[in-house]
Amino acid sequence: MADDTHETAIGRRVFLAAAAAGTTGVIFGSRIQGWLERNVGPLLAKDPTGLLALLPIGQFRIYTVTSSIPDRSRAEYRLKVKGLVEHETVLTFDDLTAMPKTHLQRDFQCVTGWRVPEVRWAGVRLADVLDRAGISADAHAVRFVSFDGAYTESLTLAQARRHDVLVAYELEGEALSSEHGGPARLYVAPMYGYKSCKWLDTIELTNSVEAGYWEGRGYDVDGWVGHSNHRSDDTTS
Amino acid sequence: MTSTAGSDTPTIAAMTPPAELERFDRVERLAHWTTAALFGVLMLTGAALYAGPISTLVGQRYLVRTVHAGAGLILPLPLLIGLAGRWGRSLRRDVRRLGRFDDEDRRWLRRSTRDQSQLAKFNPGQKLNAAFFGSAIVVMLGTGIILKWFSFFSLSTRTGATFVHDWVALGIWISVLGHIFLALRDPDALDGMRRGRVSARWARTMRPRWYEAETGEAAAPVPAPVAPSAAGSGPPSGGH
Repeated sequence: MADDTHETAIGRRVFLAAAAAGTTGVIFGSRIQGWLERNVGPLLAKDPTGLLALLPIGQFRIYTVTSSIPDRSRAEYRLKVKGLVEHETVLTFDDLTAMPKTHLQRDFQCVTGWRVPEVRWAGVRLADVLDRAGISADAHAVRFVSFDGAYTESLTLAQARRHDVLVAYELEGEALSSEHGGPARLYVAPMYGYKSCKWLDTIELTNSVEAGYWEGRGYDVDGWVGHSNHRSDDTTS
Repeated sequence: MTSTAGSDTPTIAAMTPPAELERFDRVERLAHWTTAALFGVLMLTGAALYAGPISTLVGQRYLVRTVHAGAGLILPLPLLIGLAGRWGRSLRRDVRRLGRFDDEDRRWLRRSTRDQSQLAKFNPGQKLNAAFFGSAIVVMLGTGIILKWFSFFSLSTRTGATFVHDWVALGIWISVLGHIFLALRDPDALDGMRRGRVSARWARTMRPRWYEAETGEAAAPVPAPVAPSAAGSGPPSGGH
């Protein structure tokens, strides 16, 4: 049935080329992506239209588990500390900023693969916030609840008291925006992004660690960057 | 089928030519539109997972992710089922047609000789389109599986799969928008996929060799003499 003119099996050629390119991409993509992020990423960050942000090159990607970005002003903001504490405490945004301020500059690593280099955070140490409420002797873990109405996270008390765990209210020298979890969020520098509960509403001291939102869906509770979730990223602490 | 179309003397039509020709049967259209619907779901949920402003608008990350992965896993089924059984004869035949470039396609691709080309059922753009989407389905499914069952793969493989999945997704968006744009510009061709039939007039002028094979009639008067340098020595109208 085929013509005896010169036929080319174009479909097969395109398919084989695509399969070869796809396989090459999977094998070397990690290196290519790294190169792009180092060389092209900085240019994209300066793009005023924001359209280039649609190119798949590393920047923050905003993840929310509910249908909208929660929005709460600094004036309305309240941080509650309750559970196994000596006295339940409610902090206003001004209460937070009146406490000693800590700056951290670390890479931000998401468990889905993207990494934003050298992000500057500022806020108060979580340990200081806990101490203001006073920790009961039978408290061994800390649970965090977001005012998005769905997200929760937890840490052991020892993890929570680390010096690189903040209640953060500044990002890159500016007020923490709603997209990034403002007015204030948890920032757990040595762990994957999902541990850093956005839109922090309540801190509850508990007896033992309760799995958080993504942990109930398969992520590790101890989300150390480079040592959990079957990943081997460079650490961020 | 039975015709010897291609001889230079146009056979005088013994019967009146049909007003319409069947272009795609029910199975082909069903496979096309269910695949298209799945592509739509995948593109929108993919955008919601990936593009910052849209993620912000839609949220619901867990739900969106579940829908995306589910739609992705069943994406090849409409085509495979369409190809599998007795019902898939036309689809299989068209897949074979789409897979091959012949001299007429090459003539069409060259702008200077496009007017003289005598296309069969598909033009080269349609053939490349089919090859692209067929390949894209396989590549996106493969990399998607790596991303879904990530714990079985090394970090470098997962980053590589993300890289491929992201950039091919961008290519798919561009191709789908282009595909829709071209379809809307050619309502006759779009009819072929919507209703399954195209006007005989369109087939005769745009796909003459297909028209000849389907109707047994000569498609058109032989066009202006071919320049001597043009590829092929015979009259341009012939399926040999």
